[in-house]
Amino acid sequence: MSSSDPAAPRATPLRAVHEGLGATMTEFAGWLMPLRYAGEISEHQAVRNAAGLFDLSHMGEIAVTGPGAAAALDYALVGRLSAVAPGRARYTMICAPDGGILDDLIVYRLADAEYLVVANAANTATVYAALRDRAAGHDAEVRDQTTDYALIAIQGPRAARILAPLADIGLDGVKYYAGDRCTVAGQPVLLARTGYTGEDGFELFTAADGAGALWAALARAGAGDGLVPAGLAARDTLRLEAGMPLYGNELSAQLTPFDAGLGRVVVFDKPGDFVGRAALAERAQAPPRQVLAGLIAQSRRVPRHGYPVTWDGVSCGAVTSGAPSPTLGVPIAMAYLDPEAAGRARDDTEGRLAVDVRGKPEPARVTDLPFYRRPR
Amino acid sequence: MSIPDELRYTAEHEWIAINGTVASVGITDYAQQALGDVVYVSVPAPGTRVTAGEPCGEVESTKSVSDIYSPVDGEVSEVNADLEDDPALINSDPYGAGWLMRIQLDDPGEEAGLLTADEYADLTKEAG
Repeated sequence: MSSSDPAAPRATPLRAVHEGLGATMTEFAGWLMPLRYAGEISEHQAVRNAAGLFDLSHMGEIAVTGPGAAAALDYALVGRLSAVAPGRARYTMICAPDGGILDDLIVYRLADAEYLVVANAANTATVYAALRDRAAGHDAEVRDQTTDYALIAIQGPRAARILAPLADIGLDGVKYYAGDRCTVAGQPVLLARTGYTGEDGFELFTAADGAGALWAALARAGAGDGLVPAGLAARDTLRLEAGMPLYGNELSAQLTPFDAGLGRVVVFDKPGDFVGRAALAERAQAPPRQVLAGLIAQSRRVPRHGYPVTWDGVSCGAVTSGAPSPTLGVPIAMAYLDPEAAGRARDDTEGRLAVDVRGKPEPARVTDLPFYRRPR
Repeated sequence: MSIPDELRYTAEHEWIAINGTVASVGITDYAQQALGDVVYVSVPAPGTRVTAGEPCGEVESTKSVSDIYSPVDGEVSEVNADLEDDPALINSDPYGAGWLMRIQLDDPGEEAGLLTADEYADLTKEAG
C-alpha cells in the first residue's frame, strides 16, 4: 500500500510506537489508530485506578487567530467564546443554520486573539470549511493545523503525579478546562486539563516531530505508577461510563443540542447573531422530543448502537451507545427515549422496558447519567 | 497468530477437534483477537440439536457480538461451564480452556466442508 493511495488511512506520528507495543490497529475516521494493546478491559481499569496514555492525534486542530477571532467564533459557534478568558477552554458545538449539530468541540483560548478549536476526526473537514466560511466577514484567519500537531492524553487518578515532575509549571495552577503553554520533558506543549474518560487528566498538544520523545518520556515516568498505553476501545467504554456523548452516536446533524440534553451549551445572551440562532431559539421553547437516558441491562446480553428500546413490546426509542461496563460489571447503554416512556420507565419494576437485542427483548433499568463519577 | 495443524476449521473462524464420535468446538485465535476481550458467551444447552452452518449461540466482546455457528450436524453433549464465570478464557487459551462445546456427531465420518490448518491460514491472510 503506497502512501499516495487515496484510500489509505492517515497515520499519526506515533504509529511506529503503537506497532512496537504490539497494538491491534484499526481504521477510525480515516486514520490508522490503536484499538487496544494488552486488552481494552485492563486498559480501562488502569485508567480508573492508575493512569492510561492515549494517542489522540487524529483529532482536528483548527487555529482561529486575529483581532476578529473572538467575534468570528461567537458567530460561528453556539457558545460565547469571547467570554472565555485566555488560558481557559470551553466545551461547545457548531451547528447548521437549522440547529443541527455539525460537531461538538473543545475550544481553547490561548491568547486574546488566538483560539484553538479541537474537532472530532470525522468532522474536521466539515468544521474547517464552516469556520472559514463563517469567519469570512471578520478580521480572523482560520487554519487547519491537524497535521502539525500530535495530541497525547494522560488520564487517570495518577496522571498529575506522573506528569508533574516532567512539567516546567505547577499542575495545581492548571484547573479543569484550563490550558497553558509550557514545556514537558523538554518539549514545548499546550498542556490542558481536559479529557474524555471521567477521570482527572491532561491533554498535551505538541509538534508532530516531538511526539515520539514526549510519549516515551511519559511512558517512562509512569512505569512505576501503573501507567499503560490505552486504545480507542478503552476510550469508548470510559467515556460511556462517564456519560459523555460521542458524535455519530448521541450527536448528529439531525439533532439540536436541546434534543441531546445539552441545551446549556447554547448561549443566546451574546452580542450579534450566530449561525442557528433562530432555529435553536424555537427549539429551546418547545417541549423535548426525546430524552437521553442511561440504561442498565438486566441480562448479560449487550445493548448496542441502533437497537430498539421497547415499552411493553412497543418501540419507544433506540440505543445510541452500549457496552459491557468494566466498572459496573454489567452492560450499560445510553438511549434516546420518548419523554413519556422515559418518565414511566423510572418507576418500572416489572421489566416492561426492554432493549430488543437481535430479536429478543432484554429488560433494562433506567438510571441517571453518568454511570460512573470519580471519587474526589 | 496460532493455527494448530491437528485441528479443522470453518470460514466462520471456529475450530473443530474430532475425537471418535464427538467434536469439540471453539473459536480461533484470529477470532478472539478480532473480537477483543470476551465478556459473555451463550451456547446451546446439552441435548440441543444443532445443524451445520446454522447459528446456535453468540460471543459478546466489549466492541461487538458474533454468532456462533454449529460446524457440524449433531447434538450438544457438553458445554464449557468455566466460561460462565471466566469468559476471558477464550482470549487467553482459545484452543484449550476456552473451548465452547462438544457435539455428538450424527455422522462420525463427516469432515466435508471443514478446512485444514493451511486452508484456514490462507483464508485469514485474505481477510487481512
